[in-house]
Amino acid sequence: MSSIFKFYYDLMSQPSRALWISFKLGKTPFKDCPVALRKREQLTDEYKQINRFQKVPALVDGDFHLSESIAILRYLSDKGQFSEKLYPKNIKERARVDEFLEWQHLSVRMSCGYYFMQAWLLPINRLAPKPSAENIDKMIKNVESNLSLIERLWLDNDFLTGQQLTVADLFGATEIEQLKLCQYKVNEKKFPKVFKWLQRVRQESNPYFDEAHSFISVKSKQAALAKL
Amino acid sequence: MKMSLKYYYDLLSQPSRALHIIFRLSGLQFEECPVALRNGEHLTDEFKQNINRFQRVPCINDNGYKLAESVAILRYLSAKGKVPEHLYPKYFVDQARVDEFLEWQHITLRVTCAMYFRTIWLDPLLTGRSPSASKIETLRLHMERTLDIVEEVWLAQSEFLTGPTLTVADVFAACEIEQTRMADYDVRIKYPKIRAWLKRVRAACNPHYDVAHQFVYKISGTGPQAKL
Ligand SMILES: N[C@@H](CCC(=O)N[C@@H](CS)C(=O)NCC(=O)O)C(=O)O
Ligand SMILES: N[C@@H](CCC(=O)N[C@@H](CS)C(=O)NCC(=O)O)C(=O)O
Repeated sequence: MSSIFKFYYDLMSQPSRALWISFKLGKTPFKDCPVALRKREQLTDEYKQINRFQKVPALVDGDFHLSESIAILRYLSDKGQFSEKLYPKNIKERARVDEFLEWQHLSVRMSCGYYFMQAWLLPINRLAPKPSAENIDKMIKNVESNLSLIERLWLDNDFLTGQQLTVADLFGATEIEQLKLCQYKVNEKKFPKVFKWLQRVRQESNPYFDEAHSFISVKSKQAALAKL
Repeated sequence: MKMSLKYYYDLLSQPSRALHIIFRLSGLQFEECPVALRNGEHLTDEFKQNINRFQRVPCINDNGYKLAESVAILRYLSAKGKVPEHLYPKYFVDQARVDEFLEWQHITLRVTCAMYFRTIWLDPLLTGRSPSASKIETLRLHMERTLDIVEEVWLAQSEFLTGPTLTVADVFAACEIEQTRMADYDVRIKYPKIRAWLKRVRAACNPHYDVAHQFVYKISGTGPQAKL
């Protein structure tokens, strides 16, 4: 018998969304525990008891507390509570997915996350002024150097690690999708494979992909209108 | 007999050293394939085609199966039964604790120590220009914010990062921190727990620890016993 674990997350967080979509797609039941980062709920003493690092996502399974999205999915996979399609059991296939999951931290995640924080999150919360055009350019260059690595090194097939959607694709796509809030869209001419891959990931994981990104979609449309 | 596992590494690379130590501790048979990053040996087309498309170290070739990313490599070899359980637990709850650290370190310990090392030691060597005092100060603050978490959270109540005994988490962390010696940073001054823990890690890994760190000791002009 498997217990239903508590899942702490905010759909404004990329790794939270990657897990949330995986759970929905893979029919993993979980106890819904949203944490509102915008209200700084992660910084309360109460939440510190849940996750000592005060970040989302986090899991509580009985009295076992775990943070770090990738550690969480590996734990659930070993317990038989995570889709085998999304995180394969075969040693070599799994290693390919792991290769991407480990690679993305300092490449895709860092460059997209930084751009998002500087260009949207901090200014919108009045925690920092909007960066100069020159700085924005630098951040975009950094993002695009990583998109170009995906384009050249990861997309020989329909998905990042083969012909099937895995968590690797979800981790990659949720980082890039979030940049809509900075009014950044992947240019089809510059990155044709990435562009098509993002469409495939969305198709393969809908309706959950859109559901997880609904706030981001609404906000980015509002921001685009405000600019007109 | 032909050795089937090839290991490509440079002992001046932190994750390369970590795997080197882990392989030795595991009694793993492998073919040593050193790559001199300083001579740009990883930048050739031949390296990209035949060894690692990301043009980085560490990486392996296991009977034709190529894999990059230190943590993915470790998991792959563990799944093949090549890494002893005491270094990387098989029991999923214990493994999750180690995974939590391995996932946590990328954007925290790894980034901040590596940036400090690069900016203060490597870049001046390549460009002939030294970083400004204020730049150094900012990098140090970032690094120390992470070292604070190692000292206060990870080492709060145990001898090693994830429990009472050495695991791969400790080896990865120690290799990152040792790198900063070359930039003349002495972690031992402000961090008594890290200081004592580093000694334990070295003792638990020797003689392999000192072998892997021979160039770090030489370049920094500090052996493990020396005062900085
Ligand atoms: N490496 C972690 C990243 C966790 C993380 O950075 N979470 C962010 C949201 S994406 C967070 O909780 N930020 C709140 C804060 O730092 O106060 C993972 O993959 O789980
Ligand atoms: N996340 C990778 C990091 C690999 C990496 O950054 N390797 C560095 C040395 S520590 C490298 O090969 N750099 C050469 C270059 O970037 O040109 C891992 O853990 O294996």
